[in-house]
Amino acid sequence: MDAPIKLDIRHVSQHYRSGGHEVTAIDDVSLTIRNKEFATILGPSGCGKTTLLRIVAGLVRPTAGQVHRDGHAITGPGRDRGMVFQSYTLFPWLTVRQNIQFGLQVTGLAKDEQETIAQQFVAKVGLRGFEHAYPKALSGGMKQRVAIARALANNPDVLLLDEPFGALDAQTRALMQELLTQIWEEFHQTILFVTHDVEEAIFLSDRVFVMTARPGRIKAEIDVPLERPRRYEMKSSETFLHLKKRALDLIREEAIKATQYKDGE
Amino acid sequence: MPPPSASGVRRRVTDYLSPREPIPAGVYVGLGVVGFAGVLLVWSALTYGGFVTALFLPTPHRVLLAGIQQFTQFGFATDILMSTYRVMAGFLAAAVIGVPLGLLMGTFKAVEALIEPLVGFIRYMPASAFIPLFILWVGIGDLEKIAIIFVGSFFQLILMIAVVASSVPKEMLETAYTLGAGRLQVIRRVLLPASLPGILDTLRIIVGWAWTYIIVAELVAAESGIGYMIINAQRMLQTGAIIFGILAIGFLGIVTDYGFKWLHRWLFPWSA
Repeated sequence: MDAPIKLDIRHVSQHYRSGGHEVTAIDDVSLTIRNKEFATILGPSGCGKTTLLRIVAGLVRPTAGQVHRDGHAITGPGRDRGMVFQSYTLFPWLTVRQNIQFGLQVTGLAKDEQETIAQQFVAKVGLRGFEHAYPKALSGGMKQRVAIARALANNPDVLLLDEPFGALDAQTRALMQELLTQIWEEFHQTILFVTHDVEEAIFLSDRVFVMTARPGRIKAEIDVPLERPRRYEMKSSETFLHLKKRALDLIREEAIKATQYKDGE
Repeated sequence: MPPPSASGVRRRVTDYLSPREPIPAGVYVGLGVVGFAGVLLVWSALTYGGFVTALFLPTPHRVLLAGIQQFTQFGFATDILMSTYRVMAGFLAAAVIGVPLGLLMGTFKAVEALIEPLVGFIRYMPASAFIPLFILWVGIGDLEKIAIIFVGSFFQLILMIAVVASSVPKEMLETAYTLGAGRLQVIRRVLLPASLPGILDTLRIIVGWAWTYIIVAELVAAESGIGYMIINAQRMLQTGAIIFGILAIGFLGIVTDYGFKWLHRWLFPWSA
């Protein structure tokens, strides 16, 4: 893997004040993500992994350190880094297709082009027939498909996903993971994914960064040599189970530590 | 005992007493009618039964007759129009200025810091307390009544609209930023459309309050309007006309309320 570095997270720390105390959410995290890599940050709840992702998105300014994309420092949010949030963030007054068009519209693309692109992505995430439905008529899984399509329609350089399947039931979740790997096979965007689910992290990623409980640091880095494209049968392969055990052991230690903090995430 | 329905589950009265469980639409409407009918029944029993004197509470048909007389002989339709005009003028003025100001306040912390303490201070002053002042300033004409409505609704409206704007989920704004939207686009394409249903709901509540203020305004130094009719009827000891006037306000209120609800469904089919 000699691909050039896409994201360079350098000595990033995040402190905030809570009830008169100085809390360290992230403590000197450095990591690099290569071009077209699917990387996941795995950590117990409250470890600051979401904060780290928000820093990469440019939504939060780190207390110390910097993030570079292609050698340029990130100073704010931008369409080069699409993001999918854990909560349902579809615009309820727009239909499925209008939601997917949103990013194209704000950049002033011609209307017929917007519609063509949006329609392609409607099909990609398997929502044909729902183009004109409002979000209130969609299930949780469908909403997240629209959110993914909306981020991808913008053709971002990097896709950031913050526990996008966290609120879904186990079956829907498994199907969404497969959909995401298929999409990645097709578009090969650089992906930074955040989750606390060990199996999800290994199934999706090329590399998994395990974070410690608060203050969040990088505890370990796990390479996932499973072949692509990923298929759900791989979840019972020996390599997968071995990696899962290793990650589980690491994360369990941290989860136990995390329970000793009173406040959650 | 009637046979159980095809599903094998028969509704029992106790089903209607489960907390928050829905009930059939027909039963819902029926109960609403029963509520009105119940009040009418008690009223009839008290008055036709001779338990209270007509001066305190006339019979329902006497009230109705008094109402017809108000329309045919005393030009009550003009009173209704005058009151409606004053309510709408004061309410619309408050909405036209208050909605944009409230949105700015809910969106920008600087505007909030500038306006909120001031508005919070003024809104505790009862609108009726301004009547003497406004009479001094603009006389006893329509403008004074409209000003009372304005004061009564404007300051509440600003604060409520600010809450609507500030309760748009932050993730929704952040999503727009990550999709490439600039600040102005986030305001115009996300904050504003997301706030619209809440704005309409707020206006619905505020117009109800405006109706209560108009009566206070018309009780003092007025020559027309429903409030004027009521105070006039009181001087003549026409209890039936007083009650009819009050019922008329209730009727206008419920019509306005349903109008807003219908508008909400029509404008925002996407709203949950």
